[in-house]
Amino acid sequence: MKITGAEAIIKCLEEQGVDLIFGYPGGAVLPLYDALYGSNITHILPCHEQAATHAADGYARASGKVGVVFATSGPGATNTVTGIANAYMDSVPMVVFTGQVALSLLGKDSFQEVDITGITMPITKHNYIVKDAQRLPNIIREAFNIARSGRPGPVLIDVPKDMQTTLLDYEPMSVSVEYESCNIYSKTCMDEDELKANINQAARLLSEANSPVIYAGGGVIISRAHEELRAFAEKLKIPVVSSLMGLGGFPANHPLFLGLVGMHGSRYANYTVSNSDVLIAIGARFSDRVISNVRRFAPNAKIIHIDIDPAELGKNIRVDVPINGDVKTILKELLDMVPEKAFNGWNKQVQQWREQYKLKTDFGSGQLKPQYIVQKIYELTQGFGIVTTEVGQNQIWAAQYFNYAEPRSFISSGGLGTMGYGLPAAIGAQLARPDRRVINVAGDGSFKMNSNELSTAVKYKLPIVEVILNNHALGMVRQWQRLFYQGRFSHTTLGVDTDFVKLAQAHGAEALRITKNEEVEDALRHALSITDRPTLIECDIDNDEKAYPMVAPGAGIDEIIDE
Amino acid sequence: MKYIIGILVQNHAGVLSRVSGLFSRRGFNIDSLAVGPTQDEDVSRITIVVDGDEYIVDQVMKQLGKLIDVIEVKDITANSVARELVLIKVNADSKTRSEIMQIANVFQAKVVDITTEFITIEATGKSNKTLALEEMLRQFGIKEMVRTGVVAIERGDKSLGQQ
Repeated sequence: MKITGAEAIIKCLEEQGVDLIFGYPGGAVLPLYDALYGSNITHILPCHEQAATHAADGYARASGKVGVVFATSGPGATNTVTGIANAYMDSVPMVVFTGQVALSLLGKDSFQEVDITGITMPITKHNYIVKDAQRLPNIIREAFNIARSGRPGPVLIDVPKDMQTTLLDYEPMSVSVEYESCNIYSKTCMDEDELKANINQAARLLSEANSPVIYAGGGVIISRAHEELRAFAEKLKIPVVSSLMGLGGFPANHPLFLGLVGMHGSRYANYTVSNSDVLIAIGARFSDRVISNVRRFAPNAKIIHIDIDPAELGKNIRVDVPINGDVKTILKELLDMVPEKAFNGWNKQVQQWREQYKLKTDFGSGQLKPQYIVQKIYELTQGFGIVTTEVGQNQIWAAQYFNYAEPRSFISSGGLGTMGYGLPAAIGAQLARPDRRVINVAGDGSFKMNSNELSTAVKYKLPIVEVILNNHALGMVRQWQRLFYQGRFSHTTLGVDTDFVKLAQAHGAEALRITKNEEVEDALRHALSITDRPTLIECDIDNDEKAYPMVAPGAGIDEIIDE
Repeated sequence: MKYIIGILVQNHAGVLSRVSGLFSRRGFNIDSLAVGPTQDEDVSRITIVVDGDEYIVDQVMKQLGKLIDVIEVKDITANSVARELVLIKVNADSKTRSEIMQIANVFQAKVVDITTEFITIEATGKSNKTLALEEMLRQFGIKEMVRTGVVAIERGDKSLGQQ
């Protein structure tokens, strides 16, 4: 069948089961948008291409499917860069189509020309520029396979305008969109014998451990291994700490769960790691925000590391037993090899720390407390809301004070730390999960970065709850300035007090402002009662509120600053 | 220590910048990089000499292995034949010309161009041989020189692209 390149793109998206994309039209994608006109694929139009990528990212994280983005050439393409880098750092499957000037104009600094494949080389798993229209269908199929297989990530396809109008022979292909646990594209996977030996060694170490700990990461969620992880932890009675990306991969109300570890981990979680004799990292990458000072991280522990990406094994920390493979598959194997254990002295010790150092939970009345707000969000959604966050203090409070019950319920920019991520990600998440309430926990600084996307949420009637913890400052940077720069608040006080309520109303959203703890519940109940448009709740919090506990950069994770 | 890494890559546009870009952004030091076609027209071969320790070379190999266009990556430091080619243009007048040619002879190097003022010498061998030649010619004044970077192939029946 002869069809144009643009039509082939739409056909191939349908092959992949794509029914929703995020994009922004422009000159170099006119043929593509023309092919989209009248197709069954839903197109979401945000205010900016950055938001299109973050929304696709949020959609992918909430659904487990590949997020798809269309953008035009030049500025359209460069606007996707932050969103692509964000997806790359957090291993989110995404395919981004950018328009490009026609082949004959390429390399001549033509209008809206930019070398987007060159620019995105370090932040994509792979990218393509299409120079032969006939190859387009297979490029798209390969791009989707790459994006979702092994360690997922973004792939970019740059399509010159003339390639979109060139006729090509299209042969339909049925594809399986099943999750692929094999790392088909890595050439340095561990060989079978070594893998087997290391799994045996890990089982032995875990059976003999006196004070083991599980450090779980986002790989548990990607691999859909949360049930296996739970069975594994319960069989061995091992306490579980989590990276930011891992939240939701283990039920937070479970007695073995200790929450976040690292820079903003609790004292009890960090002590558990510091005093462990065997640490098993499962789909986590020992980020600097977790390990802080590498020499003082779990100093007496044998480290077992399970990861599908061989390059993560031994990258950030010495590993005694590297295991290269899909988390779910490996956990299943290990589960059969380890003995059932009883609660012991180590569990008691951990429990004692937990009671001794529990996070403050009683915020009383009066002064509006951000932690209290997050607690109330948890309470009113029975833990089954999806929380997205911006970056900074809001993100840490959202991670600490909401007990995530299931995978894909906490959506946050972990690796890149992108302010402005949360609102567009909430849009994507809400589109992926219309059955769930989506709440974006934001700060005023982050909100201002992409606040225009409120109009996108209004346009698509998305009942997102935008909770702005307004401290009139860049809170996390301010906190560092207070702690490490003698309170010299260089440019972190925002000064202009934008009326967020009026701003939200101008976009057509519901909005209210609260200033006291007593108002939180009613405000949230009101917001959750609205189902056809977003609600913004501006929460006036103290300027000097801190996200504690905290570990100073370069310190050991057991050296904790709190209050 | 210097490691020699052999890499087979798909002969796609941009593959060299994918490989070299990876080195610069991850902070790996390349001593030399050489690339050329192989017996299979779809496949090119890159030889990279990396200066580093075991940790660095392990990371280099694993990160390279993740590039989609990389077909195979192998540490061939041990048990391989490694050679590079160097062209050196050296000052040479009637007084020094014969001495320079004698030196070239000792190194089994060839004179490939000669004028009243210069001789251009071509030498191949291990890096330490070409470096020694360079050292010997330095006294005459080297006007210009160019190296290909090391290429290497494993000894015996071992090879890249066996799978």
